[in-house]
Amino acid sequence: MTVVFYSTAVIAILATLLVVTGRHAVHALLYLVVSLFAVAVLFYLMGAPFAAALEIIIYAGAIMVLFVFVIMMLNLGRADMEQEERWLAPTTWLGPAVLSAVLLGQWLWVLRQGGGGDITGEIVGARELGIALFSQYLLAVEMAGLLLLAALVGAFHLGRKRREDDE
Amino acid sequence: MTTIPLEHALMLAAILFALGVAGVLMRRNIVFVLMSLEIVLNATGLAFVAAGMRWGEPDGQVMFVFVLTLAAAEVTVALALMLQAVKHYGTLDLDILRRMRN
Amino acid sequence: MELLLWLIPLLPLAGFLVLAVAGARLPKAGVAVVGAGSVGLAALTAALLAALFYNAGSDPVIARLGPWFRAGDLSADFTLYLDQLAVIMTLVITGVGFLIHAFSTEFMADEADYRRYFAYLNLFVAAMLMLVLADNLVLLFLGWEGVGLCSYLLIGYWHRDPANGYAARKAFVVTRIGDVALLLGLFLLFVELGEFSIQPLLAGAPLYFESGAARMELIAFLILGGAVGKSAQLPLQVWLPDAMAGPSPVSALIHAATMVTAGVYLIARLHPLFELAPVAQMMVALVGLATLLVAAWAALSQRDIKRILAYSTISQIGYMFLALGVGAWGAAIFHLVTHAFFKALLFLGAGRVIEHMHHEHDIFRMGGLRRVMPFTFGVFLAGAASLAAVPWLTAGFYSKDQILLAAAGAPELGTLLFAGGVIGALMTAFYSFRLVFTVFFGEPVTQEREHAGWRIQAPLALLGVLSIAGGLIPLPLEQVFPDHHASHALGLVLLAAGVALAGIALAWWTHGRRRPTGETANWPLWRRGLDRWQASGLGFDAVYGVLVETPFNTTARALRGEIVDRAVALVIAVNQGLNALTARLQNGRIRHYALGVVLGVLALLIPVVWL
Repeated sequence: MTVVFYSTAVIAILATLLVVTGRHAVHALLYLVVSLFAVAVLFYLMGAPFAAALEIIIYAGAIMVLFVFVIMMLNLGRADMEQEERWLAPTTWLGPAVLSAVLLGQWLWVLRQGGGGDITGEIVGARELGIALFSQYLLAVEMAGLLLLAALVGAFHLGRKRREDDE
Repeated sequence: MTTIPLEHALMLAAILFALGVAGVLMRRNIVFVLMSLEIVLNATGLAFVAAGMRWGEPDGQVMFVFVLTLAAAEVTVALALMLQAVKHYGTLDLDILRRMRN
Repeated sequence: MELLLWLIPLLPLAGFLVLAVAGARLPKAGVAVVGAGSVGLAALTAALLAALFYNAGSDPVIARLGPWFRAGDLSADFTLYLDQLAVIMTLVITGVGFLIHAFSTEFMADEADYRRYFAYLNLFVAAMLMLVLADNLVLLFLGWEGVGLCSYLLIGYWHRDPANGYAARKAFVVTRIGDVALLLGLFLLFVELGEFSIQPLLAGAPLYFESGAARMELIAFLILGGAVGKSAQLPLQVWLPDAMAGPSPVSALIHAATMVTAGVYLIARLHPLFELAPVAQMMVALVGLATLLVAAWAALSQRDIKRILAYSTISQIGYMFLALGVGAWGAAIFHLVTHAFFKALLFLGAGRVIEHMHHEHDIFRMGGLRRVMPFTFGVFLAGAASLAAVPWLTAGFYSKDQILLAAAGAPELGTLLFAGGVIGALMTAFYSFRLVFTVFFGEPVTQEREHAGWRIQAPLALLGVLSIAGGLIPLPLEQVFPDHHASHALGLVLLAAGVALAGIALAWWTHGRRRPTGETANWPLWRRGLDRWQASGLGFDAVYGVLVETPFNTTARALRGEIVDRAVALVIAVNQGLNALTARLQNGRIRHYALGVVLGVLALLIPVVWL
């Protein structure tokens, strides 16, 4: 388990790095899917098979497919990749990279001390999750439903073709 | 069966999070910014699940479900907005949205 | 019974809501049906309830609807309380209110804003009923302010004329002075007794306060202040004559029959408190006496028909205060009831006259209307006779007689109070018949005959009958008020009767015998001056102008652009500077915003990492 965990973690990090630095949107997206799969594996290892399934079905499946559709609609080509090259000049990325590195450093510094205990990988499955969701988190579930409804309405409104836009 | 220290899972989450933040900050292309945001959210979900599994409780996964919901809602609206922006300004440059200011 | 009790104020309220929300879609007839019908139903309900109430032995009825608010020890509920006093008030408000509503459906028929008029009128009736039926002082205050609001809205009903808006504001501001006093009084009462519910309060006060305790006197004085403001008594009477800017039926309902008597009702309702405060109670009598004399004196020289009636209203309420002051609670309520009948009648009649004369208010430009308006003349005469207290025939005589006899029997200052009341009665008889003779007698100024539908005639006729025979209605109040022993000397009765007749005769001598012109040019200087002084309502407005308005305006002008303003301007400048500073951050670059977020997180993490 240990070996699988650390190797999967390395895969996740590498794939994510490629997403962030990628030039081609579709390639980056595929790397992102790889990263998500890796995290799903980690979930499984930690004893959360249901979360792993959700990660694959909803994240990698639904949300990423949405991205793919949109990128296809945008019809990006070689010119966009060159533009991406120009946009990614070191002057642009150096500052944020350093800042993120400092942030990461701070976190790692905090986590370095350890003593947080171990993850045994004991399985907490869909049953426990369902019971928790629909008992003590019921209100939050309702609010999440409202949020999704709002997003649905908002996306519909934004996606509508409007006459006055054509002017 | 061996175990994994919680800190290591959290460190991984921190690394993914930092990468995502770096992506948000340095990309100008809206598509990449949105993808980076997904990474950030995913890293948060990872941290929640890891912490929840440390105690063998479902609460971490519950929060992951909510993060997932949030991500779905965010992506829907953001992509719709992006399509409108692209249609209106003809570019994916995030900084072009400055024009909305006036 | 409890349900019926709640229906009474809720029906007019429902009428108001229907008119306010859906009134625009109703035809004019529909508005009239809703407006008058809701009050009519309330009157029927009140009559039914009164029958049940008296049948059940006049036991108080308490109807709880639900809690309103609670905070600490303070609790105010929507609870109504019906006893003998409230029954009488309810019957008067709904009965006279309905007659005036019915009158208005025809009288106001040419008004474009028919719906707004009836909506306000319904709201007024609802608030007034809430006032008299309230079980606690907070609910009473709600009604109290509600009627004040409706009074404001209806005085300024013809809001396109700035003068009407001015009159409305004046009424609102002046009564507000009294309301503040009342509010302070209620707070003080709560601080002392920890209670807002009226009945426990009245029962508890005698156990808590000794008679004449300083705190009790203060409370009674403050409550008197509220009553003085609402009932237009000295020194806050200045708003009522100007309130005549509203339509005549409004003057009849609000500024004669019901709202202005709220102060009388309040003091009568809280009479055990005043019995504990002899100084304040004596003050009530003196305020009443001063008011009835001043207002009657001012009424002698008015030329505007509605202003005469307005001053007479102030004066008649002065009589009621006089009765309250000498402890003749029942007599005050009796006079309140008869006054509601004849004054509503007089105002409605005056409205008819003014309309017939094409919005002419000056009585000296009228004359001989007896021939062309026989019906109006008949009912107006009945009202004026009742106001002048024509002996043994009219309701006004019996009620005023009770007050005068009670005043004569007062333990202190009885002679003074009685004498003042009699002089007032003389002036009352004089000015009411000066009005009648000037307007209705002499050569007709117009040949136009009056037209009136049944909706105008029936209410007027009914009010006319009540003005004459209303004194025969028994008003059982023995469960609410203690017995009052008035003087019953026949000599005093005869004196009061003679004075009324003398006043009428005097009016005939000066204004009926030959045609009065109202011309003052050839009068000696002192008489013209006196006339002007009287006509201005004894110059109270001018005095307040000098004492209050001028210093206030001067101070305001002196302070304009000075230190206070500079300080305020500094606050604005600082904020604008900060705004300009922060607005720069809002540059539209989303990534910069994200950068800000990350920097914030870093800053937050620093103490965790390094400390």
